[in-house]
Amino acid sequence: MPSNLIEKTMRVNRLPHIWCPGCGHGILMRDVAQAIENCGLDPDKVVIVSGIGCSSRAAGYMNYNTLHTTHGRAIAFATGVKLANPDLHVIVITGDGDATAIGGNHLIHACRRNIDLTVIVFNNNIYGMTGGQYSPTTPHGEKGTTAPYGNIDYNFDIPQLAQAAGATFTGRCTAYHAQQAIKLIEAGIRHHGFSLIEGLSVCPTYYGRKNKKGDSVKMLTWQKDNAVDVKAAAKMTPEQLEGKFLIGELSSVENKEEYTDMYMKIIEKVGGDK
Amino acid sequence: MGKRFQLLQGNEAVVEGGIAAGMRFYAGYPITPSTEIAERSALRLPQVGGKFIQMEDEIGGIAAALGASVAGLKSMTATSGPGFSLKQENIGYAAIAEIPIVIVDVQREGPSTGLPTSPSQGDLMQSKWGTHGDHPVIVISPSSVQECYTECIRAFNMAERFRVPVIFLMDEIIGHLREGCELIPSEELTISNRRVDRSFNGTLAYAVQEGNYVPEYAPFGEGDKFNVTGLFHDLDGFPTNDNNITDTQERRLLDKIRMRRDRIQKWEEFECEDCETMIICFGGTARAVQGAIEDSKKMDFIKLGMFRPITVWPFPEEALLKIIKENKHLRQIIVAEHNDGQMLLEVQRIVEGRVPVDFLGKIDGTTITPTDVIDKVKEVY
Repeated sequence: MPSNLIEKTMRVNRLPHIWCPGCGHGILMRDVAQAIENCGLDPDKVVIVSGIGCSSRAAGYMNYNTLHTTHGRAIAFATGVKLANPDLHVIVITGDGDATAIGGNHLIHACRRNIDLTVIVFNNNIYGMTGGQYSPTTPHGEKGTTAPYGNIDYNFDIPQLAQAAGATFTGRCTAYHAQQAIKLIEAGIRHHGFSLIEGLSVCPTYYGRKNKKGDSVKMLTWQKDNAVDVKAAAKMTPEQLEGKFLIGELSSVENKEEYTDMYMKIIEKVGGDK
Repeated sequence: MGKRFQLLQGNEAVVEGGIAAGMRFYAGYPITPSTEIAERSALRLPQVGGKFIQMEDEIGGIAAALGASVAGLKSMTATSGPGFSLKQENIGYAAIAEIPIVIVDVQREGPSTGLPTSPSQGDLMQSKWGTHGDHPVIVISPSSVQECYTECIRAFNMAERFRVPVIFLMDEIIGHLREGCELIPSEELTISNRRVDRSFNGTLAYAVQEGNYVPEYAPFGEGDKFNVTGLFHDLDGFPTNDNNITDTQERRLLDKIRMRRDRIQKWEEFECEDCETMIICFGGTARAVQGAIEDSKKMDFIKLGMFRPITVWPFPEEALLKIIKENKHLRQIIVAEHNDGQMLLEVQRIVEGRVPVDFLGKIDGTTITPTDVIDKVKEVY
């Protein structure tokens, strides 16, 4: 029996989902739904926009206005939805390839505009849907089906990329740390401006198997053992942080005006509101 | 909007026509020779409560315009050849997800960067076949600044009525031509808005009424929640791999235009009923052909006529066949266009050798002149 949350926020008749056993995406999708609930948003005014890939299948399962777009373009479509109707709460669910490779341009420019979108990148470090090719977040030296001798690309740090591009809220969470993830996504949704949240997923099927990371439990345990909350990290030495990664709210700016607010002012100024 | 009669450039008139038709969203990227469309939209849209955004690239331009259309605003994007190529994938998305949008392509010469400031009509076939897979599309091509205004209104009406991408296929000649234009106010026009049946939402967003071909889902936020996808989907909007459903839905998409083509096709016939040589042309080329016909009347010359598709796709094939059948004087057809013979192929397909078909084309970045037309008529008569 599905839980009350699932009954309310998911299209139960579309379940079970297509993700592999052990995939972290289901946990992250639930976290997003719980965060939307916690924010008390009217589901009829929530729009979930996604691109192409494993992550982007989430939109179809979620009981909101859902727009499953073309590869890499979710943020550009979402920009149009939000500017057309700023009363809608627009949340983008995308993946590491979708958001930072084919869609990288849209990502950095949406950050720069500070348009009020909440973008959650389900990062599984690999192209899963096409069978395990290396992505912009596959760590340097690791393997994919298109990097049989090891990946010589250096990988993106997605929150850092977004922050540098002007995002006014960035954070990272994991599939393991569900409670923290829900709170972080909630904060991202409440933030009035562009927010970027990297949700570290696990892909035992491709990334895990190719790189001998073990099964899903082992990969999630790795997240548990190596994630350090940003507040705790502030009290730790560089030696203690060696090999660890940060989770939590990584950056936030409150005094930068939001894009659609500024556009509505232009309309008011030139008399288009009459 | 100001005065009813104005001296405008084609690129400006298309924006005014769009606004009269209810356009309230534009997203695009600067590209010659279409940039004035973005500039005028940026100036004019907020004045009528609409929105303009300059996106980071051409793909973002069409994507944002589609997002805005899903949210309920009549949307446009404009570009030229290189950008038109980049937008193709999302034209297919608009076709399968049935999202109304007008895409303006002000054609320029050549493949790749080509000659950015020179006229061409080399995107004619691309406007029909550019995006992958079988798909419905309507393409309208104006021949005057006035038509940039009135035909853009029709482009929006068609997009809304059939929930399809409509390509507004301009060329540099018309885009940068300045001439008088009557800005007919909205209240004197027929404006179509997409039909919305909220009872279909949520459960059967892509269902169609009996005898109809067009779904009637409501904009996001204005009805029940539903799913939009570029995957083949069932009536509920959710992906399916079912071959029967795929076949039914694909055929409905194509029939939506095919079975209603009599309401979509539009063309001009000028003295076609008794001409000896009929010139078939579209867009900016028609201006040279008109000039040639005027010149021909000042001398003792072969009787000329002009057949000009305004809706270029679907091609007004029945109308052309009717002329061929009824005009007993017709002994020659010349297809004149600024490309290497694209409409020529369609005309040859339709005419099937009933009348000899010859070709006048230019691909050097210069325009076909009335003299070129006269010379060609003489040559092949």
